[in-house]
Amino acid sequence: MSKQRLIVDPISCDAHGICAELLPELIATDEWGYPLLSEQHVPAELLALARQAVRSCPRRALLLAAQREKRA
Amino acid sequence: MRAPATAATLPRLLAGISDEGPCALEAHQRLHGPLPPPLRSKRERTALLDEVERARLCGRGGAYFPLAQKLRAVLAAGHVRAPRYVVANGAEGDPSSAKDRTLMRLLPHLVLDGVAIAGDLIGARGAVLAIGADAHDAQSALERALQERARADEGRPRTELVTVPNRYISGQETALLRCLEGGAPLPRFASPPHQRGLRGQPTLVSNVETLAHLALIARYGADWFAQLGSGHEPGSVLVTLWGAACNPGVYEVEQGAPLGALIDAAGGAAAPLRAVLCGGLAGGWVDSSEAAMITLDNRALSKRGLGLGAGTLLLLPEHACGLAETARMLRFLAAEAAGQCGPCRHGLPAIADCFEETLRGHRGARGSKRLLELAALIDRRGACSHPDGSARLLRSALRVFARELEWHARNGLCPGCEAEPILQLRPARAPRALAISGAREGARSLR
Repeated sequence: MSKQRLIVDPISCDAHGICAELLPELIATDEWGYPLLSEQHVPAELLALARQAVRSCPRRALLLAAQREKRA
Repeated sequence: MRAPATAATLPRLLAGISDEGPCALEAHQRLHGPLPPPLRSKRERTALLDEVERARLCGRGGAYFPLAQKLRAVLAAGHVRAPRYVVANGAEGDPSSAKDRTLMRLLPHLVLDGVAIAGDLIGARGAVLAIGADAHDAQSALERALQERARADEGRPRTELVTVPNRYISGQETALLRCLEGGAPLPRFASPPHQRGLRGQPTLVSNVETLAHLALIARYGADWFAQLGSGHEPGSVLVTLWGAACNPGVYEVEQGAPLGALIDAAGGAAAPLRAVLCGGLAGGWVDSSEAAMITLDNRALSKRGLGLGAGTLLLLPEHACGLAETARMLRFLAAEAAGQCGPCRHGLPAIADCFEETLRGHRGARGSKRLLELAALIDRRGACSHPDGSARLLRSALRVFARELEWHARNGLCPGCEAEPILQLRPARAPRALAISGAREGARSLR
């Protein structure tokens, strides 16, 4: 299975902060409440939590991607 | 390939300019010959694509992405029979740049030739040339040119002229597409234009200067193109020289030409220089002592954390205050942000506020530390590169004007802060003194 990393759609993100509460190992928040994501791949033991964080985002702004998304 | 009317010398793009206004179709064709006929077979298309790749033509809108790679991506995207489109980007949202507008105003047929050839290469169903709503001179030149060439262009897809709002962000490619759909200039996250562009179809979005170079490469070939510039960065590039130059204006320079040679061609500096802003508002400052050594190519500039970007070179005289100039630019960038992404929406105004407070001496020595912190908080955290460019400008100002920063932290505003701005940011564009003769002299004397 390919390695995955977390990315955020910054336009959709509304700083709810649920992701950072669920996964503090990989997600911090900045002073305005927006997520600061770890650049690392998601380790296997955190993958289930990462998927839960993705599902829990009320804005569907958090994504698990196989590789770095090309920015527009 | 046609024998080049313009040999291995400059001017190339600007060869057709005159004091009489836009270059008419007849004069344009006398200089460069008629537009090559539409490509009839896949073989012809592949041959020209290979030629563009060999020419190593990179996008002149700021990102310097290889055009051939973009063309191939558009061809590979979507269904084989999907309609494809060309969007010529002439929005030029950066108020410190005037080269695209000048090019469209003086050489509309060269730009339109490039649009037609790009359309041939991707088998386009249609093309749109997007231009800033206030660039009236360029608009009327293009409108007249489109009428003039209506007969010659028969059998080719139509090129439509569309005006877009005068916003800094309008030139960002996905924001531009949104404008063309009738919306506000708002960038989007993911799905690049080659996958989902105009009308949702695979689209080539390319800067108008890039397309003008394409018009010449299609006629004269890659070898001709590479007779100027360096092996890695061949050809010429248009730059806007502003500020303390005796003859500010739009110049065509060889890639890799020393900045000093450009300044000489512009009649020299009008005052002793303190620094140069390289690349536009999303670019960076360079100290005058270093500026004397830089050459105008990305390979060399990137070693100093700089780039050609939108092609702007702003000469800052010693009597001006680089920090005050930067403060105005940062405030402008904050106001011009699309405001969709949190870090940019919160971070840019915070940066503009903190920078002004630091300038007034209200933050003491802690101002620059906080500014660096904020730069890190916005960098690469938006859907587009707007925050990244702003962070680059900020960091370069803190580095280059460190001496002034210390003085301001203790004493507040300096005499230079009160002086007339070197770069006029409001109204959004500054169409002053773009000397045509200056461009010619510069173009000639740089080679």
